[in-house]
Amino acid sequence: MVKVRLEFSGGLDLLFGNQKAVEADIPQQSGHQLTVAEAMAWARDNLLTDRPELFMKGSSVRPGVLVLLNDTDWELCGELDALVADGDRVTFISTLHGG
Amino acid sequence: MVKLCGHCGEQRAVLRRPKTFEQLCRECFYTALEAEVHETITAARLFRPGERVAVAASGGKDSTVLAHMLTTLNRRHGYGLDLFLLSIDEGISGYRDDSLETVKRNEAQYQIPLHVYSYKDLYGWTMDEIVSQIGTRSNCTFCGVFRRQALDRGAALVGADKIATGHNADDVAETVLLNIIRGDVPRLGRCANIITGEDSPLPRVKPFKYTYEKEIVMYAYFKRLDYFSTECIYAPFAARGFAREFVKDLEAARPRAIVDLIRSAEQFRVPGRSSSSNSSSGAKAVVLPQAGSCERCGYISSQPVCKACMLLEGLNKGLPRLGVTRTRKTHKAPAVGGPAAATAAQLAAAPAAAVDPAAADLVAPQAAGGVSTAAAPRPEPGMQRCRISSCLQAQTGAASVQQCGFCTSPQQPAVCCGSGACGGSALGSLEAGGAPEADPPAADHSAALAGPGSEGSFAYLQNKGAIASHPSARHAAQ
Ligand SMILES: [Zn+2]
Ligand SMILES: [Zn+2]
Ligand SMILES: [Zn+2]
Repeated sequence: MVKVRLEFSGGLDLLFGNQKAVEADIPQQSGHQLTVAEAMAWARDNLLTDRPELFMKGSSVRPGVLVLLNDTDWELCGELDALVADGDRVTFISTLHGG
Repeated sequence: MVKLCGHCGEQRAVLRRPKTFEQLCRECFYTALEAEVHETITAARLFRPGERVAVAASGGKDSTVLAHMLTTLNRRHGYGLDLFLLSIDEGISGYRDDSLETVKRNEAQYQIPLHVYSYKDLYGWTMDEIVSQIGTRSNCTFCGVFRRQALDRGAALVGADKIATGHNADDVAETVLLNIIRGDVPRLGRCANIITGEDSPLPRVKPFKYTYEKEIVMYAYFKRLDYFSTECIYAPFAARGFAREFVKDLEAARPRAIVDLIRSAEQFRVPGRSSSSNSSSGAKAVVLPQAGSCERCGYISSQPVCKACMLLEGLNKGLPRLGVTRTRKTHKAPAVGGPAAATAAQLAAAPAAAVDPAAADLVAPQAAGGVSTAAAPRPEPGMQRCRISSCLQAQTGAASVQQCGFCTSPQQPAVCCGSGACGGSALGSLEAGGAPEADPPAADHSAALAGPGSEGSFAYLQNKGAIASHPSARHAAQ
């Protein structure tokens, strides 16, 4: 299990039962470190309450959803393959809501 | 694997800029983004010293960042602007109440005055009351028409010289695409303008025209700006039109696509755009309706009575749908005989049959006989009308062409409903990949139509107006 803080904002919280942050224990495959891709899929399968297509498209986030790993743009960390360790924070922000 | 800022080389990089792929730390990112917006403002001469500028404030991310950025730059560069926040309260309980709280906090945070005008004050109706009359199907039409006027009226009441809106690069790119798909040549010619408002009493400016949505959201996130991101309860998730989705897909594949779309639109040579209407391409200049003013309220309008007053009359008479759309059963009338069998006479007669004569003076006040097509100008020589009577878009092409691109395309319901202006049902089925609409495409097409001749001249322009007036696509009109 990896202890990760998952944060949802910019309207994504509405898809996750109005939760803005969840302290999650995410199972990992033995011998492998958890990746952002796995954390994301876990959130979809375990936390999402509404409209999964607004969160993910295929195996990644829906374009227009920003991802930060410990407050750093995931584009600087390897995106889907970025590794997530105990105590890390993964933030998902929708840019698609409201103006 | 900590990456350092590509600019200062000292701090940890926190984001990759979509336009340039630069990796920057927070401070260098703030500096770069603010400098870019300042450059946009000065290069396009958006403001003059001493001007009183209304910042259209919805409480959402774009307008919140705009208010922060404009107050910052005004101070830093001595623009000499008298800035204030202008909010419209549509009267949607549980939605606007909360976003107005956000705007009120912004007033304190940015120390600029806030003025709020409500639909109730301006029109005598809240959106909640309107929805209780009309249901949720056409409410975005009401809301969009009312909101546009409300901003202008509010700005005028507090003596503004212009209105600044938070439309960003993604919004503009989306609008360019929508106008291409709709074949809306007049709007295509001006939708990428940074200063708009030809059809409004006050100029509107877009300081974020070249600013990516990603950077606006990142800026708000890192600066912990206080914004509101709940959906309108009457059109939840309406902002996710197909064009929006497509723009985001393009950006994912190639981030520069957004600014390239805007730059290309700036290069369009659109007939009728300039005062010299004789273009060398041989295309006829597009003649827009002459701007006059509404005889009831004085608002700028191409028709004797403006669209808001028309909608209001319907509401006040207890016939709220009259100004918005025809009833469902009339959509099916034109299908008789099929498009191929339609003669010119049938074509002319169909719309008249589709409009309740009692309503004709509401919907098409200038068509004395109640024949609404009388209000629409004849197509240019060589053009004919789409034979879907709820559409009637003027189109070029061979005489054998029966329907315009919208109505012919199997994607048509999705195209029509890209903004959710049709009530979102087609959008929903597109999104969910579910069963196609049970209704024929023409029905959904007309759901977004204003009444024939209600404003503007071409039926297709009204359709665009209805779509453009959706709050989630409000920039489309610009
Ligand atoms: Zn730096
Ligand atoms: Zn009026
Ligand atoms: Zn058509």
